[in-house]
Amino acid sequence: MSASFDYFEHGADIGIVGMGDTLKEAFIGGALALFNVMVDIKSVKPILRVEISCAAFNIEELFIEWLNTLIAEADMRDMVFSEFEIDFLDEERLHGYALGERLDPKRHSLKSEVKAATYSMLSVESVDDLFVAKCVVDV
Amino acid sequence: MRLELLEKIKDNVWEIPKKGDMIVPGRIFGSEKLLREMDDKVFEQVTNVASLPGIQRFSLAMPDAHWGYGFPIGGVAAFDPDEGGVLSVGGVGFDVNCGVRTLKTDLRVDDVRPLLRKLVDTFFEVVPAGLGSRGEITLTGDKISEVLQEGAPWAVEQGYGLEEDLAFIEEGGVVTGADPDSVSETAIRRERRQVGTLGSGNHYLEVQYVDEIYDHEIAQKFGLSLGQIVISLHCGSRALGHQIGTDYLKTLAKASRKYGIPIKERELVCAPINSPEGERYFSAVNCAINYAFANRQVISHLVRVGLKRVFPDSETKMLYDIGHNTCKIEEHIVDGQKKKLYVHRKGATRAFGAERRELGKAYQGVGQPVIIGGTMGTASYILVGREEKDSAFASVCHGAGRVMSRKRAKKLWNGEKLIKKLGEEGIIIRAHSLSGVAEEAPESYKPVEEVVDVIDATRLATKVVRVRPLGCIKG
Repeated sequence: MSASFDYFEHGADIGIVGMGDTLKEAFIGGALALFNVMVDIKSVKPILRVEISCAAFNIEELFIEWLNTLIAEADMRDMVFSEFEIDFLDEERLHGYALGERLDPKRHSLKSEVKAATYSMLSVESVDDLFVAKCVVDV
Repeated sequence: MRLELLEKIKDNVWEIPKKGDMIVPGRIFGSEKLLREMDDKVFEQVTNVASLPGIQRFSLAMPDAHWGYGFPIGGVAAFDPDEGGVLSVGGVGFDVNCGVRTLKTDLRVDDVRPLLRKLVDTFFEVVPAGLGSRGEITLTGDKISEVLQEGAPWAVEQGYGLEEDLAFIEEGGVVTGADPDSVSETAIRRERRQVGTLGSGNHYLEVQYVDEIYDHEIAQKFGLSLGQIVISLHCGSRALGHQIGTDYLKTLAKASRKYGIPIKERELVCAPINSPEGERYFSAVNCAINYAFANRQVISHLVRVGLKRVFPDSETKMLYDIGHNTCKIEEHIVDGQKKKLYVHRKGATRAFGAERRELGKAYQGVGQPVIIGGTMGTASYILVGREEKDSAFASVCHGAGRVMSRKRAKKLWNGEKLIKKLGEEGIIIRAHSLSGVAEEAPESYKPVEEVVDVIDATRLATKVVRVRPLGCIKG
């Protein structure tokens, strides 16, 4: 399978889940879930490519760092992302790319701003050969 | 929440007895009904906060409390720096100094109804809101440092609003101890074009009218009367605060390990107030507090511009501006002793009583206006701070509090239909996101009057007026 995503219930905010056959795909699924909270990602063309590099203390914190780096990069560039590539990932470091375009409220179906990916309900694990990364995002 | 886990102190006041490594007991304010419906996670989070070093008297939760990040939303805790007290990102939140400001107009509900659609459309046009919205001000170079250090007075100096507005903002719209060097380059780059923007989620700009007065004497002192139009806005420090929260979660995670502070939930990471990490975080929080004050000041200017377009002769004055995601240094009496404490309020409003000299000429001798935002379909309340009993470090609730997930709300309601339904009730909604409207459906919140009645009954603050929405702008 390729990267996929889903959501889970949370009292006030939104739980996001990224899934895939590999850890990279699970991280990419998480990023798709994140940006699909903000816009309808199907309406975003992957025409601009932004390099992403981040590091953290362990794999769970790296998932949060990946998502929060994407939020900041998108915001600083007035962009939204809809595709992701990861070419390096270990327990503490990630290197990859985010693809998207300039935010256009007329073309992109806007949803909610995300303040941050949080440590709440955070987990990165492999379940029956499926890699699953999840957390709650504060909106 | 299971009531048998709590000890009833008196009506609306419940205690989580001290056990294990709790330093103080927990206290939750709420009616039996609100407590029964309250998330179990609130119990857990109040208990966790009670074990943080240097905490004073109680770990508190307000009647609108629900599951938050480390602290419950609606959580309050005060720490003594001389007893190893800490600063925690969870106790402030990702939207630092998110708060509410209410402006009083000289218009009456009957003046506004015929032109309501035009007024709401005008506000929708002049106040930037929603994902990715940018303000008309671009901050470069020194200007950024000025906003972070000077807050609302900076905005007034630039021509946004009136000098007299400042007396009606907590701390006069600016806190000291805000060193821009404590804020990351990323945070600064993100906030350059966000001054004067509302954001999304539960943020709003509402046209409201006073529909009930509970305390005529105080209402008069606040300058509020039946049928009067007021404008309220709810927003915070935008991406600056979000990035500070994100940055300092990492810094304080390291600090917790360095200082050997046991952490029960990742977002409770903290640093001693008297440590380099704690001092830097507090400075960054102060920068974001000032930025949020400036943001609400600029939006108030835009509100005045919009109002003048539709009602050229109208006049607007400030009622008050309060933050509800903050950490502030305040004096409180603990066991008969006056102490200088760092009070964290995460989704809780300060409610200073009449004696507080911090209120200045505006409200000393009266008590501060406490603005409790409801939902776009129900009502909001303005109370007056009392600090009479169980002082709760002069804190009360901040809103109605969610009872339903956003996912479920979107399943149950459709944004378009909801706007139509509220329109039939005389409430005009303009929104940048229809799914955002569904997520904010009035039914996804606790009944605000039940929450406010608890506060009134405990006399932490008492009801002054109720305001009802006529129009609402959502991000």
